[in-house]
Amino acid sequence: MVSMTEIVVEVKDLYYSYNSQPVLQGVNLKIRRGEIIAIMGENGAGKTTLIKHFNGLLKPKRGSVKVFGIDTRNASVAELSRKVGLVFQNPDHQLFAETVEKEVEFALRNFGFEEEVVKKRVEWALNLMGLAKYRNRSPFTLSVGERKRLAIASVLSYDPELIIFDEPTAGQDFLQKERIAELLNLLRTRGKTVIIVTHDVEFVATRFERVIVMSQGKIIGDGSFREILSNSEILEKARLLPPQIVKCAWLLSDIGVPRDTLYPEELVRKIEEVIRR
Amino acid sequence: MKIIEFKNVTFMYRGNSEPSLLNVNVEIERGEFILLTGPSGCGKSTFCRLLNGLIPHFYGGELKGEVTVLGMNVKNTPTYELARHVGMVFQDPENQLFLSSVEKEIAFGLENLGLPREEIKRRVNQVIKYLGLENIREKAPYELSGGQQQKVAIASVLAMQPEVLVLDEPTANLDPYSSLELLNIITRLNRELKITIILVEHRLEMLLDKVSRLMLMDKGKIVVDGPPQDVVLSPEMKIVGIPKVIEVYDRLKKAGYEFGHPPLSPEDLAKAVRRVIGFHD
Repeated sequence: MVSMTEIVVEVKDLYYSYNSQPVLQGVNLKIRRGEIIAIMGENGAGKTTLIKHFNGLLKPKRGSVKVFGIDTRNASVAELSRKVGLVFQNPDHQLFAETVEKEVEFALRNFGFEEEVVKKRVEWALNLMGLAKYRNRSPFTLSVGERKRLAIASVLSYDPELIIFDEPTAGQDFLQKERIAELLNLLRTRGKTVIIVTHDVEFVATRFERVIVMSQGKIIGDGSFREILSNSEILEKARLLPPQIVKCAWLLSDIGVPRDTLYPEELVRKIEEVIRR
Repeated sequence: MKIIEFKNVTFMYRGNSEPSLLNVNVEIERGEFILLTGPSGCGKSTFCRLLNGLIPHFYGGELKGEVTVLGMNVKNTPTYELARHVGMVFQDPENQLFLSSVEKEIAFGLENLGLPREEIKRRVNQVIKYLGLENIREKAPYELSGGQQQKVAIASVLAMQPEVLVLDEPTANLDPYSSLELLNIITRLNRELKITIILVEHRLEMLLDKVSRLMLMDKGKIVVDGPPQDVVLSPEMKIVGIPKVIEVYDRLKKAGYEFGHPPLSPEDLAKAVRRVIGFHD
């Protein structure tokens, strides 16, 4: 079944270096339509460098990257952007318009949407990200969290097929994180492919079918969140900390709590079993 | 000894129609380690800006009530005077670091204080040693990782020997190990040097087992205030989300299992479970 699904990103033996500093050292990866993926790893592991290849911002030094069947070496960022939306970690790297509304309009106009459609899409995106009340404000009067949401709104507005978020939950409060989680669900139901780069293990736990872990320019783990987040060897190598529930399960594994317990309700059930025994 | 006091403090930024702080009353004792949390826009940063006088000296607006830090009323005290006593570290160290080497960065504030050259040297060496920055002392801040940059930001504040340290989401852009390392350093400053710490952070799970007091703000008010184990299950805590181990504790409690105080870390919960089943390690 799965093998029938269209492959949207195919990375083959990818190498990349900044000056002479190697950053990616032989990455192989296939991503299928509709997958919701977290890419994790410590700062400097190569995560951001990898995703910048997906919209053509970076071109392979060796190996190849195909996105929707197009070899990125033969396509411009502008061509790829229509299908691949990238939301940067620092929103200030992509915001520049005078007002919040104009910020979202810009990309839509650039892609040649009709005025009618531009208006509707702007409304939709601003409401979705809770920014409608700020429409006439300058982006630079917003808080960091709000600017981040504005960057997300501008990308979502033109409805790309593949959406990549670099550290979307960094510095966000609980409510905004919940909103981002809801947004993921919405994108899931619309059949979008979503990639999130993050080291927020608590956010990733239970939300992402597939977790890819990078360390020193290589992929060192690729599997379900349960496999990956309960694997102490991979976590340690990538300098990630286990989620709270997993950590607790490890500490109680000698008395019968499985090491891959991940949901709070699962841990409750296991603890009850242990106590009743 | 009382080190900070807010008396009926209300503050509204110029151009806003609603106050960012609303009748805040709080006393902070010397040596406390406070986790200040709350949704974006709740007034946390405004609270912090009052502690070193950025409000009202740099941010315009209307301030009512009194804020006293080490007996000084911030309204009548110049910010350079407050800066000797209250150190500030922000989310983004890049905005705070601008000199060509770590050493120079740390010395900068001391030079501004007009300290003698020998004393500056002594203090720079002292904090470099204390924070383990020996191998990066000659480096330029832009050559450093985010975690190292934050350590340097703390070092340059620490060299001023402040009584109070205010940190506004210092780990927001760091990876988990670097975050943990930085939080351990901050905990040491509190335990060993008895510096009063006010730390703003959204991720409670990283800090509950380290702090002595949890303050939750919402809509300009302090709505929860107390030792973490006493207040973490207050209904108001829902707006910031309680850590997963506390959720497990709460569910078990509702199912009739008694574990004593809420656990503040996975280690706490594991210990409590072992206690209940009489299985000690």
